[in-house]
Amino acid sequence: MEAGEAKSKKAGGSRLCCICNQRRPVLKRPKTLQQICRECFYEVFEEEIHQVIVGNRLFKSGERVAIGASGGKDSTVLAYVLSELNRRHNYGLDLFLLSVDEGITGYRDDSLETVKRNEVQYGLPLQIVSYKDLYGWTMDEIVKMIGLKNNCTFCGVFRRQALDRGAALLKVDKLVTGHNADDIAETVLLNILRGDIARLSRCTSITTGEDGPIPRCKPFKYTYEKEIVMYAYFKKLDYFSTECIYSPNAYRGFAREFIKDLERLRPRAILDIIKSGEDFRIATTTKMPEQGTCERCGYISSQKWCKACVLLEGLNRGLPKMGIGRPRGSGNDQKDTKARSTAKSIESKQCGSLDF
Amino acid sequence: MQLTLEFGGGLELLCDSEKIHKVNVDLPNGADSDDFTMKHLLSWVRTNLIKERPEMFMKGDTVRPGVLVLVNDCDWELSGQLDTVIEDKDVVVFISTLHGG
Repeated sequence: MEAGEAKSKKAGGSRLCCICNQRRPVLKRPKTLQQICRECFYEVFEEEIHQVIVGNRLFKSGERVAIGASGGKDSTVLAYVLSELNRRHNYGLDLFLLSVDEGITGYRDDSLETVKRNEVQYGLPLQIVSYKDLYGWTMDEIVKMIGLKNNCTFCGVFRRQALDRGAALLKVDKLVTGHNADDIAETVLLNILRGDIARLSRCTSITTGEDGPIPRCKPFKYTYEKEIVMYAYFKKLDYFSTECIYSPNAYRGFAREFIKDLERLRPRAILDIIKSGEDFRIATTTKMPEQGTCERCGYISSQKWCKACVLLEGLNRGLPKMGIGRPRGSGNDQKDTKARSTAKSIESKQCGSLDF
Repeated sequence: MQLTLEFGGGLELLCDSEKIHKVNVDLPNGADSDDFTMKHLLSWVRTNLIKERPEMFMKGDTVRPGVLVLVNDCDWELSGQLDTVIEDKDVVVFISTLHGG
C-alpha cells in the first residue's frame, strides 16, 4: 500500500494533466505553472508559437525564409516546428536552413554535422557560409591573435553579417532565428548593465532590420528555454549541445546565471523582463545614434565604418584592440586622433556612450 | 538499488563523456528504501560520477540552475524536486540547457 502511494506520489500523484484531465502530467510549465501531459504539451507549445507567428504577422504567403541553423537546441526545434506549422497551417513558405561556419575546431565542425543531418531529417535545403570565405579569418585564427577576451564581440558582429550574406545568396525574403525568451531577457539585462540605450530600444522587437538588407524575426520570443529542451527531449530531436570553447569569458554568462536563478524563484520573471524591455520609453532628450551606411562596405551602420569593417581592419593591421571597448574622455580622444591612423580616428563609439 | 542515470546537454563531458550510466547505489546505513530521495542521489552523483567541474552540475544542495531533471520521463518539479523518492530501476535524466541554440 505504502509503496503504491509513494510511486503514485512520484508520478504527480492522483493529479492529472490540467488540460485534458486524462493523462499523467510529465511537465510543469514555467510560464503558467500548469502540470501537463506530453500530448497536451506538444499541442500548447506548437499552438502558442503559431499564435505568435500569426498575431505578429511574421510571414507572408509565398515568402522564402531562411532558418539560422547552428545545430543547437533552439534552431533544431525551430526548424522542426516551423516546417510542421508551415504544413499544418499552410503558411505557404519556402524554408531553407542557413548555417554559419565560424571556424571553431571541435565546436562548429561537430555542430555542422548535426545541421547536415537536419537537412536530411526535415527535408530543408542547406546553405553554409564561412568566416574564412567572407572575411579571410576563422575564429580560431582570431582568438590566436586577440587572446581569450572579447572574442564574442568579433564573432557576434561577424556572424550577423554572415547571416545576411548567406540570406542574400539564398535570395530569401526573411531570416528567422531561434532566440528564445531566456535569450531576450538576458539581452535586456545586458543592455541595461551596459547603458546601451539604442540596443535596449530594439532588442525586444520580434522583427528587426526591416529597413536593412534582410528582416529577421524570432518566433520563439516568448518561448521558454526549458520548454524547448523538453520538447526536443520528448520528440527525440537530434541536436548538438556543447558550450562554445571560447565563451566562458563572455559577459552574457553573468546575465544568464542571474536569469536562471531568477527563474527558479519566480519563473514568470523571464516574460516580465521582456515586457519591461518592450515598454521602455527613451527620454526625448537622449541623443540616439543615427542610422546610415558603412563607407567601406555599404552595410547598415550608425558610424562611418560598420563594426565588422573596424574589427577586420584591426585584425589585418595587427591591432586587435581596435573597435573594442569605449574611448575615454574628450581630452584623450584628441591625443589619440593625432597619434593613430585615419582608420582609428573613426573608430566606432559604443552605442549609448555619453556625448559631452 | 539499480538505477539508470543519463546526462545530456553537455553534462556528459563531466562524467568521462559517457551519456548513460547504469549504477548500483548503496543506501545510506540504516536508511529505509522510502528515504532515498533526489537529494541523496545528487550527493552520490557528485561524489561518484562527476569527474570534473562539479560547479557545472550542482550549486549548493541542488542542481545548477539551468539543469533539467527528469525522473522516469517526468519533470521533477512535479514530484517535489529534491524530495522526489527514488526507487529501484528508476531512470533519472539530467539535461543542461546552458549552451548555444
